Amino acid sequence: MSPMQRKKDRIDALAATAGTAGDIPDAGHVSESGGLSLIGSAWLRLRRNPVFLVGATITALFVLLAIFAPLIAPHSGTANPLIGQVTTNHPIPNPQSGYPLGGDNQGRDLLSRLILGSRQTLIVGVLATLAGLAGGLVLGTLAGSFGGRVDTVVMRIVDVMLSLPSLLLALAVATLFGQPSQWTLIIAISVVQIPIFARLLRGSMLSQRSSDHVLAARALGVKRGPITFRHMLPNSLGPVLVQATLVLAVSIIEAASLSFLGLGNPDDSSPEWGQMLGRAQDLFDIAPHIAFWPAGCIVVVAFGFTLMGESLREALDPRNRR
Amino acid sequence: MTAPSPAPATTDTLLSVRDLTVEFGTKGQTPFRAVDGVSFDVRPGQTVGLVGESGCGKSVTSLAIMGLLPKRGNKVAGSATFDGTDLLTLDDREMRDRRGRDVAMIFQDPLSSLNPVVSIGVQVAEVLQRHRGMKKSAAMAESRDLLDKVGIPDPSRRLKEYPHQLSGGMRQRALIAMALACKPRLLIADEPTTALDVTIQAQILNLLKELVVDSGTALIMITHDLGVVAGLCDEVNVLYGGRIVETAPRHELFASPRHPYTNGLLGSIPRLDGARNEQLAAIPGSVADNIPWTSGCAFAPRCSRAIDVCRAETPSLEQDSVAIEDHLLRCHNPWPTGGEA
Repeated sequence: MSPMQRKKDRIDALAATAGTAGDIPDAGHVSESGGLSLIGSAWLRLRRNPVFLVGATITALFVLLAIFAPLIAPHSGTANPLIGQVTTNHPIPNPQSGYPLGGDNQGRDLLSRLILGSRQTLIVGVLATLAGLAGGLVLGTLAGSFGGRVDTVVMRIVDVMLSLPSLLLALAVATLFGQPSQWTLIIAISVVQIPIFARLLRGSMLSQRSSDHVLAARALGVKRGPITFRHMLPNSLGPVLVQATLVLAVSIIEAASLSFLGLGNPDDSSPEWGQMLGRAQDLFDIAPHIAFWPAGCIVVVAFGFTLMGESLREALDPRNRR
Repeated sequence: MTAPSPAPATTDTLLSVRDLTVEFGTKGQTPFRAVDGVSFDVRPGQTVGLVGESGCGKSVTSLAIMGLLPKRGNKVAGSATFDGTDLLTLDDREMRDRRGRDVAMIFQDPLSSLNPVVSIGVQVAEVLQRHRGMKKSAAMAESRDLLDKVGIPDPSRRLKEYPHQLSGGMRQRALIAMALACKPRLLIADEPTTALDVTIQAQILNLLKELVVDSGTALIMITHDLGVVAGLCDEVNVLYGGRIVETAPRHELFASPRHPYTNGLLGSIPRLDGARNEQLAAIPGSVADNIPWTSGCAFAPRCSRAIDVCRAETPSLEQDSVAIEDHLLRCHNPWPTGGEA
C-alpha cells in the first residue's frame, strides 16, 4: 500500500469516526438529579463542623432571646421594684431571690434589662449591617458593571471612606446629627461598613465580568442590564453575604462602643448593652458585676457571629470544594 | 509583506474577512500581533475550518469578528463584511443587536459558559426575549421545543434544571440551542467538543452538522482536531503564528497537504494501526519558538524542510502551482504533491 493510499485511508477513518457515531445512545442522561449544589455540599460540611455548630447555636439563642425578650424577661425593664434597697452607701441592690443578678442603681432588675437589651442590640446590629450592605451593593454594582472610569471614581470614593478610622467616622456622623439616637447609631455604623461591602462586591463582579458565562451571554447579544443583574450579581453575592455575618459581629461591637461613649440612644428606658456598660463605669469599683454582664453578653454574641461567619466563609470558599 | 489580495468576495458570500489584523499591547511597548492579515470567505450553508495549535490566533479571530475583544489594549484592523456590512465598524449597540440574532457563537467549556445560578430554560428564553421580543411564557414554550430539537431528552424537566444538574454533552446541547434560538445565519463554534468525551464529541458534531444542513447556517469551526475538520468542514484554513499558511477544500487538503506545518499536524495524530514501538510523531518545539513573520517564515525554526530562503524571506500566500483546485500556500519549500512519504 502506498503511503499516499494509507494517508487517505486514515483520513477516511477520521471522517468516519466524526461522522457516524450518532447512534451511540445518549450517555448524557447520567445527570445527578439528586446532585449537590454549592449550597448543598457546603451545608453537608457545615453540619459536621463544631465551629459552625457553636457559632450557630449562640446566634440562634441570641436571636430567639431578642425576639421573645418581653416574654422571657421576668420583670419590666423600666419598673424599679428594688428602689427601696438603693442607698447612698450601697447604690446597687444585691442578687436575691427573684432577682438573680440583682438590680441597677435605679432599682431595676438587671437580668430583665439584659434580656430586653438583646433586642436593641440585635436591631441596631442588623439594621446597620443591612444599610451598609445596601450601600455597598449599589456602589459595588456600579463599579463592577461599568468598569473603566466609573469604576475608578467609585473606588476612589470608597478608598476615602476606607481610609477614615471607622470609630472616628461613626463619631463624626453621630455628632453631625446633633442629638444622638438609635438612628444616628445605625447610620454611623452602616457608613463605616459600606466600603467593605463595595470593595468585596466590586472584586467578585470584576472576576465575573471576565468569566466564560458572561462572555457567552454577551456573544448572544444580552444587554448590560440583564448581564449585570442576572449573570454577574447573583454569582458575586456569595462572599458578600458571608462577609455580612462577620460584619454583624463588628456592628454589634461598634454599636456598643458608640453607646458606651454616649453616642447611642440616651433614653435608658429601652436598654442596650453598650449603654448599660457605659452607665456601669461610674460604679465599677463598687459593683463590677453590673459592667461584667453586658460586656460578657457583647463578647459572647460577637464571638458567635464571628464563628458562624468564618465557618460559612470556609465552607463556601471554592478552593475548599470537591 | 502584505498578504496577497484574495479574490474579491463573490455575491453569495455571507461573511468575507479581509486582512484581519489584531494587535495586543499597551502604549510604548511593541504590540504583539495575534492575528496578521487573515482573509477568508464563508458562504451560506458552508462549513469553514480554522485549524491550528493553541496560540495561533484562531480564537482571537473569532472574537474579533464577534466584536467581543476587550475594548482596551488591542487594535483591530481589516474588515469582516457580513451581508454587506462591515462588522468591525459597527458601534457597540449595533453589534450587540446582531450578536445572537445574525451571528452566534458557542464556546469550548459548556459548564463555565452557562450561568450556574439560572435555570436552563430561563437562559434559553433570555435570547428569545431579547431578540424576538417574545413574552416570557411564549419564550419558555419555544425553549422547550429548542431543547427537544437539539436532542435533550425530557426537555420539560430539563428546562427547570440548573447547569450543574446536566451532563457535559447536554450542557453543550443547551448552549447550541441558545446559539441557534434566533436562527442566526452564521455560527462560530470555538472548539465545541474539546471539553467533551470522545463519544459525546461525535454526537455534538453530528448535531451541528444536521442543524447546519437543515437551516443553511454557515459555520466557522475553530479546532485543533483534524478529525473534526475531516468530518465537518468544506474549506480548511490552517493558521500558524497569526497567519494563514494553507487554505484548501477539505479533500484537497487531506489528499495533498503541502505545507510542512499541515503535514506535521496530520502526522501527529496517533494511529491505532501503527506499530506499537513506533514513536508518536510530534512537531518539534512549540508556538513560543515563534519568530515574527517579518524575518522569514515563522515556522522555519520548527520546520524539517526549512532551507536558507525560509529564514531570509517571508513567504507570501499564493496559489499552489501544481494544484488543480483552489489551494493557497505560504511556503518556500512545500512537500511535493502526495505529501510526506
